[in-house]
Amino acid sequence: MKLHLGREDGKASANQLLRDDAKFAAQKIAFFQYLTVAVFLFLITGFWDLQIRNPEVYQERALENSVKSIPVLAPRGKILDRDGRVIVDNHDSFGLYLSRENLKMEHLRPIAEGLNLDYESLVARVRRFQTRGAPQYEPIPIKEELTPGELAFVDSHKDANTFPELEVVHVQHRLYPRDGLAAHVVGYVGEVSEAELNSPEFANFHQGDVIGKDGIERQYNDQLMGVDGQRRVEVDSFGNERHVLDDKEAIPGKNLQLTIDLDLQAVAELTLENRRGAVVALDPRTGEVLAMVSRPAFDPNLFAGRIRSKDWKDLVDNPAHPLMNRAIQAQQAPGSTFKPIMLLAGLETGAIDDNFHITCPGGATFYGHFYKCWGRHGTVGLHEGLVHSCDTFFYNVGNRMDIDDIAHYAEMVGYGHKTGIDLPHEAEGIVPSRRWKIRTQHEKWFAGENISVAIGQGATTVTPLQMASAIGGIAIGGMWFQPHLVPEVHLLPARRGEVNLENVRKVIDGMYGVVNEGGTGVRAKLPGIDVCGKTGSAQLVSNGAIKAGFKVAADMKDNAWFVGFAPRDNPEIVVATLFENGEHGQLAAPIVRDVLKAYFDKKARLGQPQPQLARLPSDLLQAPRRVPATSGAANQ
Amino acid sequence: MPAHRSIRDFDWLMVILVCAICALGVLQIFSATRDTRFAEAWWKQAVWILGGFIALWIGTLIDYHSLLGQAYVFYGLAIGTLAATFVIGMTAFGSRRWIGTAALHLQVSEFVKLVVVLLVARYLSELKGEQLELRDLLKLAGLVGLPMIMVMIQPDLGTALTFVPILGVGVFLAGFRWQHAVAILVLVAVAAPIGYWVVLKDYQRARVVSFLDPNQDPKGSGYQVIQSKIAVGSGALWGRGVTKGTQTQGRFLPVSQKDFIFSAFAEEHGFVGVIVALGLYFLLLMQIVQNAQTAPDKAGMFICMGIAALLLFHVLVNVGMVVGRMPVTGIPLPLMSSGGSNIVAMFLMLGLVNNVRLRRFVN
Repeated sequence: MKLHLGREDGKASANQLLRDDAKFAAQKIAFFQYLTVAVFLFLITGFWDLQIRNPEVYQERALENSVKSIPVLAPRGKILDRDGRVIVDNHDSFGLYLSRENLKMEHLRPIAEGLNLDYESLVARVRRFQTRGAPQYEPIPIKEELTPGELAFVDSHKDANTFPELEVVHVQHRLYPRDGLAAHVVGYVGEVSEAELNSPEFANFHQGDVIGKDGIERQYNDQLMGVDGQRRVEVDSFGNERHVLDDKEAIPGKNLQLTIDLDLQAVAELTLENRRGAVVALDPRTGEVLAMVSRPAFDPNLFAGRIRSKDWKDLVDNPAHPLMNRAIQAQQAPGSTFKPIMLLAGLETGAIDDNFHITCPGGATFYGHFYKCWGRHGTVGLHEGLVHSCDTFFYNVGNRMDIDDIAHYAEMVGYGHKTGIDLPHEAEGIVPSRRWKIRTQHEKWFAGENISVAIGQGATTVTPLQMASAIGGIAIGGMWFQPHLVPEVHLLPARRGEVNLENVRKVIDGMYGVVNEGGTGVRAKLPGIDVCGKTGSAQLVSNGAIKAGFKVAADMKDNAWFVGFAPRDNPEIVVATLFENGEHGQLAAPIVRDVLKAYFDKKARLGQPQPQLARLPSDLLQAPRRVPATSGAANQ
Repeated sequence: MPAHRSIRDFDWLMVILVCAICALGVLQIFSATRDTRFAEAWWKQAVWILGGFIALWIGTLIDYHSLLGQAYVFYGLAIGTLAATFVIGMTAFGSRRWIGTAALHLQVSEFVKLVVVLLVARYLSELKGEQLELRDLLKLAGLVGLPMIMVMIQPDLGTALTFVPILGVGVFLAGFRWQHAVAILVLVAVAAPIGYWVVLKDYQRARVVSFLDPNQDPKGSGYQVIQSKIAVGSGALWGRGVTKGTQTQGRFLPVSQKDFIFSAFAEEHGFVGVIVALGLYFLLLMQIVQNAQTAPDKAGMFICMGIAALLLFHVLVNVGMVVGRMPVTGIPLPLMSSGGSNIVAMFLMLGLVNNVRLRRFVN
C-alpha cells in the first residue's frame, strides 16, 4: 500500500487509511497500560510504607507537631493584715516559656536576640532544665513581665516554621508594697535554686517553681503556694490554640492572714525612716506580733520573680545588710534594758531585798578595777536604781549574784534561745554562764565578769524580738507567749515563770518611773497613758574586744535601745526598738512612744476595748481570687 | 460531519469516575479550608466543576478533526497568550502564570497543555513511515519546546514538565529509532547538570535537594515533604476522619487544598481511602486508554494517549510528591486540587476523549 497523502487530500480517504493504521500501536498501548499499573503500584507502596508499615512514627510526630503543654500557674495566696487588708497581692502579667516538646537549641540565639536576653545564660538555663530530668512536658520559663513589644515579637515568631517552642503563659506576678513596707516580715519569692532542689526540704519541687525564699513567704510556702495545673492544647502551625485536649485546673494558694496591724506597721516604718534598726510590737497577752520593722529595707518587687536582676547582687553586697531582718537577727548587747531583768533576778534570788541601797559616786571598784557609772546618783535604792539606770547600783547587784543565777533568769524571760516566731532564720542571742564560757572559750568564769553582765554588756546579746517578748512577759506578771505572725498555728503553750508577783510589781513600778518620774525614758511619755519602759545604750564592741586592743571606729557609736509597754496595769502592747548607732536610749524612746500612741489612738478611734483579728468569711480565706484592696475595721 | 449520535454512546463510565473523583476533591477542599480564609473554596470548586461539565460537553460537540485542523492556529494563539502573560500577567506566589482580573483569572499554561496535545496529535498523525525521522523528531521537539521554555521562565517548572509526557508518549507510539533514544538520553545526561546549575532557580534547586534529603532542611523546602509524610503516615489504615486530621486542620500541611490535597486526603481517609481514590484514577486512565484503542484514526489515538500520559504524569508526580517519592514540583492533582483553570482544562481534555469515542463508528 502506498501512503502518499498530502494535507490537502480529502478527509474521508485520509481517515480511511489512518483508520486502518489505528491498531498498529496496540502493543505500545498495552505497554502504556503496564506502565500505568507500575506507576500505581509504585505510589501504593509509598502509602503502604507510611500508613501501614509504621504509622505510629508519624502519628507520634503529628502529635509532637500539634500538641503543646501549657502550664496553668496557680496564683499564690495573698497575705493580709489582721483587719483583712491586703499586704501582698498579685498582678497579672505574661511570662514566656519554651515548650520542650519542640525545643531546638539552634533557635535560642535568635530568641535571645529578639528578647534582649543573655544568650549564654539562656543556654545554661535550658541545659539546667534538661539535665535535671524534669518531665518532658514541663516548659522552661525564660522571661517574665513581657512588655507589649516582646509580646509582639513572640506573636509573630511562634508559628511552626519559626520558633514553635515559644509559649506565652498568663502569670500572677507577686506584688509587694512599695518602699519595702513589711518587707522583712513577708519576705519574698524566687525560683527554686539548684542547691535548694538538692536539699530534702525542697525535694517535692520542680525546676522552675517559684517558692517563698524568706519571711512569711517561706515559712508558710505550703499554704500560700497553690498547685499548678496544666493544659494540653492542640495548636495549628501558627502556634494558635485550636482546642483544649485536657485541662487540669490550677488550685490557687490560700490567703494568709497575719497578726500584723498595717496602721501600726506604717507608723513603725515611719519612725525608723532613714535610720538603721528595728521595731517590734507585740501583744504580750497572746504573743501576736502587731508590727515588725527592720531598716534599711529592700524592695521585694525587684526580685519577686524567677529571674533576678542585678539589683539582687547590690542588695547582697550592701554593707548595711538591708536583707537582714534586724528584728529577729540583730544580736546586740541589751545594755541597760537588761536592768529590769537583773533587778527581778536579784530580788528573786534574795541577793538584794527591798531595803538594799548603795551610794553612787560615779562608779565603783570591783576586783581592783574601776567601773564607771554614767552619772552620779548619790544614795540609790531599788526604785531609783532602775528609774535613773544607775550602773553602780547594778554593779553591786551583779557582784552579789552568781552568774548562773543571772543566766537562769535571763533564760526564763526568753534570752539565749529562739522565741519560736514563725519566721525563718531567727537568731538565738547569747546568755553567758559558766557552761557557756567553758564551751565557747574553754575558760573558767571570772566573778569580775558579772559586773558588766549586770548592766547588759559583756557577752550578752539579744534580738529586738526577744527583748519585746521578755519585757512583755514580765509586764503581764511573768508569762511568756510564743511570738507569732499567723494566729492559731502550732503555738507552744505559754511559759509561766516562777516569780513572785510582788517582785514583778517592783520592776514594773521602776519602769513606770523611767518614763513618768523623770527617769531616762521621759521622751516616751504619753498623756493619759501609763507607759512603762527602759532605755538602753549598748556598746557595739564588747569590753573584751576593747581590752584586746580593738579600736572603736568613729561610726560604731553605741546602739540605742528602748523597750516599753502600756498600760501599766493589764498591758496590751509591748514595743522594743533597736536604733543602731543611736548613741543613747533616750533617742530611741520617741520611736516606741509613736508606736504606742498609734496603737492607743486607733483603739480610741474604733472605740473597741480590745483589738481582735477581723473575722473574715471562711471562703475568703480558702481560695479567694479578689479581695478589696482596702477593707476591714479601719474604715468602719 | 456525522449529525446524530446516541446519548448512550457517551462515555458514562468516565463521567461517573470523574464525578466520584471530583466529589472526593470537593469534600477534601471543604475539610482542609474550614476556618481559613479559603473557606469558600469548596463551593467555588463545585461551581468550576459544573463549568467543567459544560466544557466537557463543548469538547465533545465539535469534531476533533476540526480542532486538529486548527491546531496550528491554536498553537499560535497559545504562544501569543503566553507572551502576553509576561506583559499583563498577574504575579502570585512569585510567578507570572495568571491572566485576567483578581476575581477571575486563568492560568494560561493549563490550556497550553491542551494545545500541545492537539499539536502533537496533528503532527504525528500526518507523518508517514513506520518510524520517526530525526528531522521530524527535532521539529516536533522544537514546537513543543518553545511553549515549554516560555512556561518554564514564568517560572513554572512543574507545568512545563507536563509537556514532556505528551511529547514522549506521542513519539513512543509513532515509533522511534533506538539510536535516537540513546542520543536523547546522552543529551539529557549532559544537559541535566547544566540545567541544574544554570536554568534552575535557587528555590528549585532547594526542592531537588530537599527531595533527595528532606531532613537536611527541615524548615525550608524539606518542610513540606516532611509535613506531608507525617500527614500521610498518621492517617494509617482508616484515616483520622473528615476534618479530624491535625496536620490538615492545624495547617501544618502546606497548600492542603491545592498541591498537597492528596496528603490531606490520605491523613483523613487513610490507606483505604487512598486505595479507593487511586483506584478511581486508575480506572479513569484505563477508560481513556480504551478510548484510544477504539479510536477511529491515528489522530484520535494520539489525542487520547496524550491526555492519558498527561494525567498519568500528574498523578505520578503529585501523589509521588505527597509520599516523598517525587520532588516538590508544585503541579496540581487533576480533578481534586482546588483551582478553576486546571479543572476546566482537564474537563476540556476529557471532552476530547469523549469526542474521539463518539466518532469511533464513523465512516
